[in-house]
Amino acid sequence: MTGIGLTHYLAVAAILFTIGVFGIFVNRKNVIVILMSIEMILLAVNINLVAFSVFLHQVTGQIFAMFVLTVAAAEAAVGLAILVTFFRNRGDIAVDDASMMKG
Amino acid sequence: MDLQAVAFYLLAAVSVGAAFLVITARNPVHSVLCLILTFFSAAGLFVLLGAEFLAMLLVVVYVGAVAVLFLFVVMMLDVDFAQFREGFARYMPIGGLVAVILLVEMVLVSWAVAHSGAAAGNAPLAPGASDVTNAEAIGRVLYTDYVYFFQAAGIVLLIAMIGAIVLTLHHRPHVRRQSVSRQVGRTPKTGMQVVQIKSGEGLAE
Repeated sequence: MTGIGLTHYLAVAAILFTIGVFGIFVNRKNVIVILMSIEMILLAVNINLVAFSVFLHQVTGQIFAMFVLTVAAAEAAVGLAILVTFFRNRGDIAVDDASMMKG
Repeated sequence: MDLQAVAFYLLAAVSVGAAFLVITARNPVHSVLCLILTFFSAAGLFVLLGAEFLAMLLVVVYVGAVAVLFLFVVMMLDVDFAQFREGFARYMPIGGLVAVILLVEMVLVSWAVAHSGAAAGNAPLAPGASDVTNAEAIGRVLYTDYVYFFQAAGIVLLIAMIGAIVLTLHHRPHVRRQSVSRQVGRTPKTGMQVVQIKSGEGLAE
């Protein structure tokens, strides 16, 4: 096998995914970093989709990567809007005591 | 090692290093900037793969919109971010354990898939192999086979936009606003009042 193959791209995606999951674990209190970690996880998924799309010679993977991109953008917008509203109501973004919605 | 391999390892190293800095940086502004660097490097990887359209989309959507949105929110929220650091060391062992297991599993699976899956032995699609550009190839499939999904993605974005506006818009109760209908509907009868004032008493509301 010469040069860079599918394994290399999948390995990069796996590492990015793992860093995202690790970030959610260690930054449990910081909801902004959690949102950024989720964005990184979705980026890893996109790298996987594009790598398979290129190596399978089918463009479908790139189209699904586009849809993932769409959902990620929507998720970031709504998540940050919720965060801003939460901060406005409480003056703080500590997610530990974010139990206002509990019945 | 050819030039493509050098570019791949450079971009991969930068993207992984920046991703690690995102979750370990003390200042969340640095986190956002590292996130931008991660997206840029990933866009470079996409270019290397031959997916130019998605690379540009990544730069425009993620770096131009999402990361700047993060930057705005991080800078606007006046929060003491040092307090969030305290759980870092406590969750490090369990998080690291889960991360290592996950990484080993995923690398093993991707190695196996790359060597004996459907794409095994395939060379990447060469840039000049087909007569259409990457964007044209995407458009040909996206607007035919996936046109309903495309419309659904538009609806998702519309609903997200409406949701974000509904969540963040709030009217303060004591702000005076212009009400055109009240202004136009005002007549001399409602706007003026004749009162009889007794001498020496003045007018009380």
